[in-house]
Amino acid sequence: MTIIKLSYLIVVTMIIKGKAHKFGDDVNTDVIYPGKYTYMQLEPKEMAIHAMEDICAEFYKNVSMDDIIVAGKNFGCGSSREQAAACLKYAGISAIIAHSFSRLFFRNAINFGLLAITHPKASDFIQQGNTLEIDYKSGIIRTKGSEFSFSPYPELVQGILEAGGLIPYLKDKLTK
Amino acid sequence: MGSTIAQKILASHSGREKVDVGNIVTVKPDYVLSHDNSAAIIKKYEKLPVDKIFDPLMPVIVLDHTVPASTSQYANNHKSIREFVKYQGIPNFYDMGEGICHQVLSEKGFAFPGSLILGADSHTTTYGAFGAASAGIGRSEVAAIWATGKMWLKVPETIKINIEGQFLKYITSKDLILKIIGDLGADGALYKSVEFTGDTIKEMSIDSRMVLSNMAVEMGAKFGIIYPDEIVDKYLENKAKKHYKWVLPDSDAVYLKELSYNVKDLEPYIAKPHTVDNVSPVVETTGQKIDQVFFGSCTNGRLEDFHAAAELLKGKKIAKNVRMLAFPASRAILQQIILDGTAQILLDADVILMNTGCGPCLGAHEGVLADLEVCISTANRNFKGRLGNPNSLIYLASPYTAVASAITGVITDPREMLS
Repeated sequence: MTIIKLSYLIVVTMIIKGKAHKFGDDVNTDVIYPGKYTYMQLEPKEMAIHAMEDICAEFYKNVSMDDIIVAGKNFGCGSSREQAAACLKYAGISAIIAHSFSRLFFRNAINFGLLAITHPKASDFIQQGNTLEIDYKSGIIRTKGSEFSFSPYPELVQGILEAGGLIPYLKDKLTK
Repeated sequence: MGSTIAQKILASHSGREKVDVGNIVTVKPDYVLSHDNSAAIIKKYEKLPVDKIFDPLMPVIVLDHTVPASTSQYANNHKSIREFVKYQGIPNFYDMGEGICHQVLSEKGFAFPGSLILGADSHTTTYGAFGAASAGIGRSEVAAIWATGKMWLKVPETIKINIEGQFLKYITSKDLILKIIGDLGADGALYKSVEFTGDTIKEMSIDSRMVLSNMAVEMGAKFGIIYPDEIVDKYLENKAKKHYKWVLPDSDAVYLKELSYNVKDLEPYIAKPHTVDNVSPVVETTGQKIDQVFFGSCTNGRLEDFHAAAELLKGKKIAKNVRMLAFPASRAILQQIILDGTAQILLDADVILMNTGCGPCLGAHEGVLADLEVCISTANRNFKGRLGNPNSLIYLASPYTAVASAITGVITDPREMLS
């Protein structure tokens, strides 16, 4: 086990291992987490049920804990809603590899302790259902005997990820 | 090597002389915006070991998204926000009825040249119309700013777009921005600051400028900044919240790329379902039957837009079997359209005049769509399910195109109204 679950706070350790779920370009926040739920303060379990609802009904049923989304360009475009990152994490997604991310989704993912890795080559190579291994500290994605390297996150971002998100990170910092 | 507007504003707000593209800087924003999502932000804030917020003058909170409350949960959200505002002594709080956050902050003078505004709303880019650097952030980040007064940002590269020429009749800044987004794509300005300049911009009203900055985020932009000028000064006279100076780029500023548009070449454009960059000339979609017109939003619910609607609707009725919902973007706009007779023209035409606020734009209330229905909207997003139903279709267009379509009952090129 490489990820320790603490009441929906996923603390990322060295290596993530999961199955790939492939998506295309411009997957927007409205299909990831529809606006009609955005101002309801739903519990994590309910949020997970709505993940990807408008493009992939019952997505959560096909996700095993630690699975990985692999997508095209501009993943998470649209709204600033943080629940787009949160619902995926609650559904069991541990990381997203994409050609590119919308800047808001990227920030929200990190701030929610969800790995977001920009890697067009890996994204093209990986197929639906492939098993992946991400060593995020060394910056390596392994799948089917191939390796793809990426620049590890800067120290600040690693700190936020390791704490499980911005709020726990800041809580720790302000307490010290 | 000179600096762009984004570099200068990020330097001034991070206490540095100069910043370079790619630098990560810790900034102190002038204001941090949140709306109905403040209820969720408060819950995050309360997890932090901090009682009073860092600077009560920094948050600006506007209730606009789910107003008036259609569920007890929304009502409870609003109540918790009011209680927090009172406890924290936050003076800049605007309860429901004042308007859409981006319109309210503009009208009250929170956005001014050189200012930095961060907000838990993607259309926070709107304040670029006043020469501000403004960008959306997440809810956790707003909670963090409430607690610490600061946030990190990366200094973006800049794309400069030069706009020349005169608009033809019934062609607006909405057609221009749809054309640009269609050309560049939904990620065409990803992570970038966009600077809009040129002779056309110099003569453009604030209402029209806000459309460009507002929708810059639909091509992925971090900022959508328009060069400040006398028109901005006039708008902000006696209302700017702080003393300001224009921030303009250096003549030797470095741009990622520079683009040019001449608006005399434009025709009415429309974004077809289900993406904002799926843009074509309106003429390619004319005849498509519509069920609803959503007129309003932080993109096109302003006075100028209501005047455009009245111009086409005067003495006419909207088509049978079409419902047109019109949401003034602020109380000030609602008062003005009542005073100047615009509201009467709309009512005579059978338009449903709604309350100020975001309306159905978030898909939660006030005009969601039925299965297989088609809506033409003056707002900024046509994503699947955006108006509350994934089995409906949304087209985005200018106020002129939307209203011409309301009159005929099918998507219509507004230039047909000239005859």
